[in-house]
Amino acid sequence: MLSLRIARPASAIFRNALTPKSIRLSSVRFLSTRYTTDHEWVSFDSNTNIGTVGITDYAQKALGDVVFVELPGQGAEVAQGDSIGAVESVKAASDIYAPVSGIIEEINETLADQPGLLNKAPQGDGWLCKLKLSDPSEFEALLNAEAYKAHCEGN
Amino acid sequence: MSALRPIIRCSRSTLKPIEVSRQGSRVTSMRGFATSLKVSEELSKTPLYDFHVENKAKMVPFAGWSMPLSYGEVGQITAHKHVRSSAGLFDVSHMLQHNFTGSTSQEFLLTLCPSSLKSLQPFTSTLSVLLNESGGIIDDTIITKHSDESFYVVTNAGRAKEDKEWIEKQLSKWNAEHEGEEQVKWETLDGYGLIALQGPKSSQVIQSLTETDLNQIKFGQSAFVDLDTGKEKVKCHIARGGYTGEDGFEISIPPANAVEMTSRIANHPDVQLIGLGARDSLRLEAGMCLYGHDLDGTVSPVEAGLSWVIGKDRRAEDSQPSFPGKSRIISELASGPSRRRVGFEITGAPAREGCKVFDSTGTKELGVITSGIPSPSLGKNIAMGYVANGSHKKGTSVMVEVRKKMREAIVRPMPFVPTKYFK
Repeated sequence: MLSLRIARPASAIFRNALTPKSIRLSSVRFLSTRYTTDHEWVSFDSNTNIGTVGITDYAQKALGDVVFVELPGQGAEVAQGDSIGAVESVKAASDIYAPVSGIIEEINETLADQPGLLNKAPQGDGWLCKLKLSDPSEFEALLNAEAYKAHCEGN
Repeated sequence: MSALRPIIRCSRSTLKPIEVSRQGSRVTSMRGFATSLKVSEELSKTPLYDFHVENKAKMVPFAGWSMPLSYGEVGQITAHKHVRSSAGLFDVSHMLQHNFTGSTSQEFLLTLCPSSLKSLQPFTSTLSVLLNESGGIIDDTIITKHSDESFYVVTNAGRAKEDKEWIEKQLSKWNAEHEGEEQVKWETLDGYGLIALQGPKSSQVIQSLTETDLNQIKFGQSAFVDLDTGKEKVKCHIARGGYTGEDGFEISIPPANAVEMTSRIANHPDVQLIGLGARDSLRLEAGMCLYGHDLDGTVSPVEAGLSWVIGKDRRAEDSQPSFPGKSRIISELASGPSRRRVGFEITGAPAREGCKVFDSTGTKELGVITSGIPSPSLGKNIAMGYVANGSHKKGTSVMVEVRKKMREAIVRPMPFVPTKYFK
């Protein structure tokens, strides 16, 4: 478990390092992660047009122990900004908003039994759902890692 | 419901949510709620403020005070369970402590609250309520009788302004009608420390600081006791009881010794510091009300399920003195109030403050949730709220609307977690 947790962020960095602009332009598959000001992340796979959605480490720390996660049904069509579910700790409930528009392809069933994954690995095993993007340009307009970091620190 | 947006805004700035826990629990319409908070408000500090900061507390505004929400990396569930299994120390110095002295003190207090103070034995306490003229609750309070002429009263920090104004007004009327010894002297213990040690190990922890046999002090009783800070013995008022349903003590400490005494207790290996987060989940499991959420100025004690605070000797029409709002309260006792506070257990999602309660078909609105959490002790979603009279009986099936979906719920008796008082 521990090694997995360490491996994940490391592999994310690795992926980013391997996607220089020249490769992106050649329309070869690329994966990148972007963020919302609501403290969610989306990891987008251009080959499959699928985005994986989760909450950031910053968000899980603010929430505290997550005890319940409510997610939308598979096949649901969602528009960017829609409330699509909720993450609940003892102290509070927080909406999950669709960071991009699309159709829900898969939800992370493991969270039903292990909501604590959201605290342990918010940007790994604690992902929330995968959706097929209807408009990938929405993804491109989200915050990159640097801008998100500035958002967390700055305001 | 409050999105990550407000919550995160809240948690980032120590100026924000008094009640991260409470506000965070609001529902969908509350997007952007955090922006309505008073950011510039100057916060008061308890004598233990520096102590909290040294102990890595996450300080948040609460009722105009800067208070610890949690300490270090300890999560709310861990903190909560520590209190249920061992002993947890809470700073409650923000609450307002009052002394009323003078030969007519008891008669004066009887005009503010509906309790049977006459039958209260010396050095015993009772939960009570300050009532407005229409029988609504101005505040809930613990009244401790030291003698017929001396009372120690603790009221909520969030109601300090309203309580003081009300008491001042009533007292000036009273003292205008009384002379000399008969006048009531009222003082508030500003700058005093007030801490609560709660949990099954509380008594052995406090016993290690005093020669007084604590077995002599039962639930609801109090005493002035010499407690050893390690450097000196300090006379403190200790009252057995609290806000968690566990055995425990509330200890009032003179200003000069507040930090030293608190540190001594906190250093005991069984004791952990506990913040407002766990305080809220503990009191809710114990079925206790939080003013401003479960109680307000429109709610009568009968509606709130607190009829037991209305003394038998106070109920007769001709019993003197009367208390504010008596006619409404007596009529509600006789024929039932229009709404009642009850407990709920909800299937599926936790229901939070503001969620609407419907009948079992989900069509007729019956009331509203005023507090709700996923219970750390029970692993179930518990809540309290108000429903129309008639739907209040335990076992009644209802629906609660959470995120626009109806969830099955059932009316449950409170406390949700059995109390473990030392009786």
